[in-house]
Amino acid sequence: MPRLMVLLLLMGLCWPFAARAGDPLAELASGNFSTVRQGVEDLALSGNPHAAAIISALQNSQLYYMPDGMLLLKADDDSFTNAVTGESFTDSDDEAKAVRVNNSVRGAIDAALGSLRLFDKDPSVRLDAAEAVFNAHDPAVIPALDRALAQEADPSVKRRMLQARAAAVISDPDAAEKDRLDAVAELRSRGDQASRSLLSSLAGQTGPVGDAAAAAVVSIDWVLQLWSVGESVFYGVSLGSVLLLAAAGLAITFGVMGVINMAHGEMVMIGAYTTFVVQQFMHAHLPAVYEFSLLIAVPLAFLVSGGVGVVVERSLIRWLYGRPLETLLATWGLSLVLQQVVRSLFGANNQQVDTPGWMSGAIQLGGLTLTLNRLYIILFAFLVVGALMAALRYTPLGLRMRAVTQNRRMAAAMGIRTPWIDALTFGLGSGVAGIAGVALSQIDNVSPNLGQGYIIDSFMVVVFGGVGNLWGTVVGALTLGIVNKFLEPIAGAVLGKIVVLVLLILFVQRNPRGMFPLKGRAVEA
Amino acid sequence: MSLDEPSLSRRGLARLGVAAATLAAIGAVETTTSKPAAAQASGGTIKVGILHSLSGTMAISETTLKDVMLMLIEQQNAKGGLLGKKLEAVVVDPASNWPLFAEKARQLISVDKVAAVFGCWTSVSRKSVLPVFEELNSILFYPVQYEGQECSRNVFYTGAAPNQQAIPAVDYLWNENKVKRWVLAGTDYVYPRTTNQILEAYLKSRGVAQEDILINYTPFGHSDWQNIVASIKKFGSAGKKTAVVSTINGDANVPFYKELGNQGIKATDIPVVAFSVGEEELAGIDTKPLVGHLAAWNYFESVDTAQNKKFIDTWKKFTKNPKRTTNDPMEAHYIGFNQWIKGVEKAGTTDPDAVIDALIGVSVPNLSGGYSTIMSNHHITKPVLIGEIQGNGQFNIVSQTPGLVVAQEWSPYVADTKDLIGDWRAPLRCGAFNVKTGTCTAGKKA
Repeated sequence: MPRLMVLLLLMGLCWPFAARAGDPLAELASGNFSTVRQGVEDLALSGNPHAAAIISALQNSQLYYMPDGMLLLKADDDSFTNAVTGESFTDSDDEAKAVRVNNSVRGAIDAALGSLRLFDKDPSVRLDAAEAVFNAHDPAVIPALDRALAQEADPSVKRRMLQARAAAVISDPDAAEKDRLDAVAELRSRGDQASRSLLSSLAGQTGPVGDAAAAAVVSIDWVLQLWSVGESVFYGVSLGSVLLLAAAGLAITFGVMGVINMAHGEMVMIGAYTTFVVQQFMHAHLPAVYEFSLLIAVPLAFLVSGGVGVVVERSLIRWLYGRPLETLLATWGLSLVLQQVVRSLFGANNQQVDTPGWMSGAIQLGGLTLTLNRLYIILFAFLVVGALMAALRYTPLGLRMRAVTQNRRMAAAMGIRTPWIDALTFGLGSGVAGIAGVALSQIDNVSPNLGQGYIIDSFMVVVFGGVGNLWGTVVGALTLGIVNKFLEPIAGAVLGKIVVLVLLILFVQRNPRGMFPLKGRAVEA
Repeated sequence: MSLDEPSLSRRGLARLGVAAATLAAIGAVETTTSKPAAAQASGGTIKVGILHSLSGTMAISETTLKDVMLMLIEQQNAKGGLLGKKLEAVVVDPASNWPLFAEKARQLISVDKVAAVFGCWTSVSRKSVLPVFEELNSILFYPVQYEGQECSRNVFYTGAAPNQQAIPAVDYLWNENKVKRWVLAGTDYVYPRTTNQILEAYLKSRGVAQEDILINYTPFGHSDWQNIVASIKKFGSAGKKTAVVSTINGDANVPFYKELGNQGIKATDIPVVAFSVGEEELAGIDTKPLVGHLAAWNYFESVDTAQNKKFIDTWKKFTKNPKRTTNDPMEAHYIGFNQWIKGVEKAGTTDPDAVIDALIGVSVPNLSGGYSTIMSNHHITKPVLIGEIQGNGQFNIVSQTPGLVVAQEWSPYVADTKDLIGDWRAPLRCGAFNVKTGTCTAGKKA
């Protein structure tokens, strides 16, 4: 008896749609996007037990069809099974064609899967499903939502389902006014951009619903405005941390040693290419730990770039100490040579460096969207600078470096091999640049020109912060980042950059030694 | 290192640091590593100039075009050459340096005496060589989609004009996705600015209000897209379907798309249609988060024709790299080169004046199954294809114009140029003829 009831209920649900729809499976087996879309919508409402499997195969582009309209599922090993009967099938004449999708079909797929998964066992799947239904805001799913709501126990999923229902009700022009007013209140309390978008489509209407929607939009806008300040700060810190990473190595080679190293950007680029090579190698030989390729790339990039730095110092820079103009030209030439070497070895094209799963996506913090890769780079930048400061301060090598840069003759008299320390210091700066390359490979192109984009900014940061002062570099990078990100929305990216440069020039005119000038005898040395 | 103290104070160093940064800024533009032109003139060959950057920022895009030209020339020689002579490629490297383009073009024409030049990518490089080609009366085949508003007697534009790319793409979004709000995002130089000017006028002519259009420019190589993507998201939350029309060029695309993916903007929410993103650009990124974003071109590697299959096979064999992709400007060179061959055969000589006249009306097969013809405005007819990015870095063609589209060199949507036409045939012979006043305003050739 209960089984019969369910059957009747299902039939009752399907009846109005079944009347207008053709056979959804036949609709899917077509090369026409709008027919396929119709098929997806019909299939989702048909109550067909295979609906979820077929639609998710379509989403993963694993749904094929034969000229006679038979639907096939393609497995990962390229074998076919009949989508309805589950029998295996051999496509001997190579006739199966993939069901093609476009954006509008993809939208229908998301909505359909959402409504089908509202009854899943896993609460997190139900949560995602409710979100998909929210985004689709199709009035046709209201009955399904009501049923899902009636049996939902998890409060956060329930909340999301109520929001999804509100979105669907708002999109239904035939809904009762009271329901629509409740829906407006529900969306107002959700208060994000998606709700704003839904509400503002109503805000122009006359009548109580339109007024309530307009008031809700104003209130959401106000909250979003506050969040956007926070967002700008995050973007600023994130840009600042990228600048900091790029400049940290230069703060050693230029700031501490006084070498105007125009090839600094190329050390960053070498670090990025090291990441690429590590990923290629691990992809081929160690796929199990591929997720952690970046962690392995960090020390390797340090060693490779640092090694190149030591070689450059021994072969080129050491002949040029005290002759800044010649250093500038020689390292600039070196940067061109390094670029062309990489171009000849790897080609002029961008190389693909993958972002591991744990670094992709974003987390939602109130109204803030914090992208994970940026978050990790901020953390990483501070870790690197912290480690660098500790190395300079607490290790014997750091002590010798400081001794040599502060008073070379005295250090030599104390038995320190100053040429060796010079090479190591330059290597350290270059190695840190290489580490920066690993991080930059996650947000920028890995191409031979990678370094060029950062060399100007790096010099700006070091000069602005105060030559020879790591703290200055930190503060300089963050200041430039935040100022840039607050200017950009007002002045645009192009003008914003110009304004920052002009401000910087004015600042350096007044304070030629930057924000945190070194004091004491070492300054005039 | 000697024991001498460094002779410069820290203060001086800081100044030099600023100087260094300035030099770097110049250096980014001035990276010139030119190669000497290949081989001197030898008896019975016809020389073809190839003017593409092999170093500097544009090398990523232009190196491929040099390779495809070498392949086409090799193929033609295997077929017996042209007018009974072998073709000889003269490759020069203008190194992504715009003034150097003009210098190298002059060298190709007056020193190497090439019969025609295939080259340039950015509009600014084309503008830089244009006076040289007009002064020395030679022929340039320009293979890249561009902003239009130009019609020179000495240039054959085998890439798309705006009405062969940008406007059909906007129409597609308009009809297919019911887009009502538009973000026009571009890199800050002549092509995006002119294209956006045309698109803005076009959208307004279709009744889009000013507040539904957001125009945004970014510098070359822009890598931090966080708040621009956030502002696009915000612009898209006004209750109307929103789309981004991107004329962002070259390297800046990768971080832009990465940021879109990270901030969770899916193609079903806010689709991005790009005019400068092809298979080559996508080769550097994981395209899974980008599935469904669009590009408009006249050719995609995924075009399903026998000709295209053959072309791809030959290309992979020629480069000895099974992973090399093909793209739209390569097809443009393929068409342009075959048209030039036909034009020279028709004229019976490589003399520029005779060839320029003979080229009008020449028709050759393109790779998407039709024929492309050189019209009297020195542009060619092309189909317009819209593709959606797939997970494997290729495009899924979702729309194709039923016939070929004739290029409008002067945009009818811009007030200054709406009455202009270019016609290089016998009686008129004018690049910018005003049909209202009946006068030739520019580019008259007797």
